[in-house]
Amino acid sequence: MSNWFILAIILIYLGFLFVIAYWAERNKQSKWVNSPYIYALSLAVYCSAWTYYGSVGIAARSGVEFLAIYLGPIIAAPLWVIVMRKIIQLSKLYNVSSIADFISLRYGNNRSIGALVTIICAISVIPYISLQLKAISETFQIITSADQTSTEGFIFSDSTFYIAFILAVFASFFGTLSLDASKRRKGIMFSVAFESILKLGFFLAVGIYVTFFAFDGTQDIYNQANEQLDLAALSSVGGISGGLNWYFTIVLSFLAIFLLPRQFQVSVVEFSERTQLKKAIWVFPLYLLLFNVFVIFIAWGGMILLGNQNFNPDYYSLLIPLQNGQNWLAVLVFLGGFSAVISMVVVSTLALSTMLSNNLIIPYGFIKKFTKNQSVKNEKYIKNIRRVSIFSLILLAYLLYSFFDPNVSLFAIGLISFLIIAQLAPSFFLGMYWNRGSSLGAKTGMIAGLLICVYTYVLPFFATVIFNNPSFEDLGPWGIETFKPYQLFGLDVLNPTTHALFWSLLINTFLYAAVSVSFKGNYRERNYGEMFVNSEQVVAMKETAFVWKGEAYVADIQQLLIRFIGEHRAEKALRIFRKRYHVNPDEKLADARFINFAERLLTGAVGSASAKILIGNVAKEKPVSLIEVLQILEENKETISSNKALEAQSKKLMQLTDKLQLVNEELQLQDQLKDDFLDTVAHELKTPVTSIQASSEVLADGEDMPFALRKQFIENILNDTERLAILINDILDLEKLASGRVEIDFNVQNIVLTAQKAIKGVQNLANKKQVTIELKTKSDSIEAAYDHHKMMQVLTNLLSNALKFVDEKVGEIQLDISTQDGMLMLKLIDNGKGIPDEDLPHIFKKFYQSKNQNLKKQKGSGFGLAICKKIVELHNGNIYAEANLTKGACFIVELPKNSKT
Amino acid sequence: MKKILIVDDEPNIVMALEYTLKKNDFQVFIARNGEEAIAIAQDKIPDVVVLDIMMPKVDGFEVLNFIKKHKDLNKTKVIFLSAKNKEKDIQKGLDQGADQYLTKPFSMKKLLQEIDKQISGK
Repeated sequence: MSNWFILAIILIYLGFLFVIAYWAERNKQSKWVNSPYIYALSLAVYCSAWTYYGSVGIAARSGVEFLAIYLGPIIAAPLWVIVMRKIIQLSKLYNVSSIADFISLRYGNNRSIGALVTIICAISVIPYISLQLKAISETFQIITSADQTSTEGFIFSDSTFYIAFILAVFASFFGTLSLDASKRRKGIMFSVAFESILKLGFFLAVGIYVTFFAFDGTQDIYNQANEQLDLAALSSVGGISGGLNWYFTIVLSFLAIFLLPRQFQVSVVEFSERTQLKKAIWVFPLYLLLFNVFVIFIAWGGMILLGNQNFNPDYYSLLIPLQNGQNWLAVLVFLGGFSAVISMVVVSTLALSTMLSNNLIIPYGFIKKFTKNQSVKNEKYIKNIRRVSIFSLILLAYLLYSFFDPNVSLFAIGLISFLIIAQLAPSFFLGMYWNRGSSLGAKTGMIAGLLICVYTYVLPFFATVIFNNPSFEDLGPWGIETFKPYQLFGLDVLNPTTHALFWSLLINTFLYAAVSVSFKGNYRERNYGEMFVNSEQVVAMKETAFVWKGEAYVADIQQLLIRFIGEHRAEKALRIFRKRYHVNPDEKLADARFINFAERLLTGAVGSASAKILIGNVAKEKPVSLIEVLQILEENKETISSNKALEAQSKKLMQLTDKLQLVNEELQLQDQLKDDFLDTVAHELKTPVTSIQASSEVLADGEDMPFALRKQFIENILNDTERLAILINDILDLEKLASGRVEIDFNVQNIVLTAQKAIKGVQNLANKKQVTIELKTKSDSIEAAYDHHKMMQVLTNLLSNALKFVDEKVGEIQLDISTQDGMLMLKLIDNGKGIPDEDLPHIFKKFYQSKNQNLKKQKGSGFGLAICKKIVELHNGNIYAEANLTKGACFIVELPKNSKT
Repeated sequence: MKKILIVDDEPNIVMALEYTLKKNDFQVFIARNGEEAIAIAQDKIPDVVVLDIMMPKVDGFEVLNFIKKHKDLNKTKVIFLSAKNKEKDIQKGLDQGADQYLTKPFSMKKLLQEIDKQISGK
């Protein structure tokens, strides 16, 4: 394809991006622009050309290793959300606009830390940008070289420069619309999200093409790869050493997802609402997974088809369609890669330029000048500093790119970038959770880590790859083995990258902690340390969290605000402040809250370090003791904890109320049961009494009554009297048992004898009804510990019940005694009319009456069963009636053989 | 001869009632539960029913309801004779349409007086 054709496509595409970014800026309130998916997709700026092309390369060279870089973010997604919430909370509260600002703020608006972080970021990012430009130029070359008429490198190198230039225009135009660098850039983010979709879509397209069109599916690729390639080496992790390398690579990518300036920009600065994190937690890992689905197949496919032609495996995804004459697909792949480059370059330079201006150039060079200027002029100045920064960064990257050896792989340079940026990790992460971390510790750690990186990775890398001089790497400086850069102190199980990461992070963290513990930071650092560690409280306290003592005039600070954020915004901010804290507008002296409020406003515009300097210029600050710093947070902690205690108390009270209500209900129920009991007792007693009274009355009046009838009435009276006596005894028994006033007299004895005795007691009644009672037992002597009299009562009760319910002559009652698992089982089976199922749950209840109180209970099931139940329970046993019997009833008594224990 | 239906499930009480009422020249019918009472009442159309409340299966209130609804029995008087002696039980019995409510234990003389009162009140 011709250069001009490809260039035209590139220009049309860039023009299109301009249009959608512009549209998004103009329609800031549109739901498309504010969708949480835009946020989630913009995180995919992580996938640069390094992913797009480099993954295939590394998969072809060393197999599954490429996955580690993507597994880190996927594995860490839940943790990412937790840490990110804290970072975002703090950043939004203090108008933080970059990672350098964030770290410098943590160490007390420290100017030098901000600058150091900026430099580290620049060292990390500029080569990374070069790498992206290299990818553009190389892919440009590949896609145009198919057309043999193309002239030598002149136009292509020129075109890369112009593309870089257009990207700089794009970034500077949309990146500096607002002075406040902590403001969101919706236009850029919208185009980044769009590009994320494009690059994934085109990469999947080429993956599907290679797998299913160039080959016959995954199985086909695998089979061919099996024949032609050394698959074992490509698909294994490679022992302990390989495992460690994997582990450290995952750690590296996990750190990068927080620390890379472009990631901080998209995930923190561009954050606006909670739903975004909820979407991001699944969309982003899913995105990374999709991106890696076809990598291995493209790599293998490329090796099978092109392995013998000495191509750079990084570009298999482009080369395969080109070789097969699928030029259009190749153009799409090229555009996908180009999208990856654009989003990475634009967001990175934007983030870096903010850092350069707010954390390096303004605080070190221009701050004095600004304090004298008018606001309009200042705004122009600051914006111009950022624009110039963007152009210089891209220019610098371009220059670096032109020195690159074309044989250096994308992956190797990408790793250097990750390695260097990882040096921010201890100061960044520990600083958020450890209040003792000091600025000196942070600086020492970062510098030491950086030096170790340079020594163990960058120097030998340049020596070997760029200058082709491997002796340094092999022998160490001056031939000292201990200091071999790739095997420091004899550590030889790691590959160069992870080896460098291990040593640099170890020493970085150690120095950070050791220096922080040895030399305490000043009060300002401690104050911010406390605020970062206790971010939840600080968010609630806002301005009052920061301790400040000194003398300053509201008018001076107001003047300062006007100078940097404009008259209109300053007035508005002041109104909000006065309303929030009910401050009298006539108050002349500024308090700590106002100082803090103003500082935050300025941070967004000029960075935290400069904001501190600016405030310092107009306010006479007095040092604050550490005790005062801690006190204010303690006070807040106390309020919070006493609030919590109050909450707990009221919760407890509510639980108590609930409990009380339950007890009350229970008592009412008990009361009701007692009433019911008395009713039942009264009724049961009244029946024989009524009968006795009526019969006696009849007898008293009946002098002329025949003798037989008279005798019958007298017998009736006697029966009813006996019934009354039994009833009274039962009631008393039951009450005694229920109130626990009965002692059970445990004796080890033979239950068979007791059963025989009980049967003997009812034998007369049985004979009268011509009913048989059979005792079934395997042994004549079964010993158990129980109260003989009480158990007699139980058995007699059950037997009398059974006798009542069986029919005359055909009635059969069987008492079955057995043992089972240390339990005594007594079964009483009869063939009487049985128990209705609906009554089963109630027959043992003390004073159960069926729901309709006017329906009479079965005779004889009054108190007997309730007494049996009580007695059996006092023996730690169990009594129940079997359900679902078709005929008769079956009562079962289970007793522990030795129920005392 | 006036017809009286005794409804009670306690045989000893029934026996004493039956003897006394017969001696006082009433024609006596006996039902041992609610079901029997309804059947006999329809059949014999008694002048007075002496009715217990707590009985198995069909209770006294249901029997009363039946009698009140049945047009052949619109002249039949109902006297509750029950062990339930609470104020609310008595009130309920009278509200449902019983002509008198006597509580157990009861005096035979009092019962006879009430029966006479109900019959003469016709």
